[in-house]
Amino acid sequence: MSLFNVFKVSSSAMTAQSMRLNTVASNLANADSIVSSNGQPYRAKQVVFEATPMGGGEISKGVRVRQVVESAAPARMVYDPKNPAADEKGYVAFSNVNVVEEMTNMISASRAYQTNVEVMNTAKSLMLRTLQIGQQA
Amino acid sequence: MANIQSHVEVYSKAIGLRVQRHQLLASNIANADTPNYKARDFDFSAAMQNALAGRAASGAMPLARTAGGHLSGEGMTGSAHVQYRKETQSAVDGNTVDMDVERAQIADNAIQYQILTQLIGDKFKGLRSAMAGTQG
Repeated sequence: MSLFNVFKVSSSAMTAQSMRLNTVASNLANADSIVSSNGQPYRAKQVVFEATPMGGGEISKGVRVRQVVESAAPARMVYDPKNPAADEKGYVAFSNVNVVEEMTNMISASRAYQTNVEVMNTAKSLMLRTLQIGQQA
Repeated sequence: MANIQSHVEVYSKAIGLRVQRHQLLASNIANADTPNYKARDFDFSAAMQNALAGRAASGAMPLARTAGGHLSGEGMTGSAHVQYRKETQSAVDGNTVDMDVERAQIADNAIQYQILTQLIGDKFKGLRSAMAGTQG
């Protein structure tokens, strides 16, 4: 039954959106980080989606995360000469996370996730209806 | 009397197309945030006419077989001619999925599917009552 493909497609989209939500969480958590694990200021991460064929044929197209890119925006420079991480001019390089952008990203990801859950539920109820064909009331 | 399969043939063709359309619309919704994804759909009534006439879609391009060993290929998906949706307000990243349209269409498609399951069920109910008619 090819309605099962809808399950695959929607769940791939849910996985992709939750990865996006994950990057949002890590970006927001590190909004005020000075150094990342590699010694450089933390850079905001964004996921890049890609359509990918799923199930048989051209009809079903799921989503997958092709790559995670780091934002190229310049680090936020804050003048704080007392900070041990300050450079010789007294500036500290904070992460380049744009909090407003991340919040809109979060809302968009959560809405998209919800919609895909709904699509999956619709497919499920259609399949259950199909199973009821020919049953006596 | 014709066999039972032909009794529900029209409905089963329609339900097959509805399933195809549901897959398409689910793919559109899944890819609502994918850069350069173009929303796709097909004209249901045209596809239904093709299915009833037993022909492939007008846009179908079956592979030419120039040697006996070649496999036949459909090229397109049966009677449904899948097309890109007209752009209304596409995003900067080249995505043309309009969430409102897709959600409305998928709700419509789901209702039509349920109508078809109901109609097929009624057909079987009719057969059942015809068979049980003399048993009081």
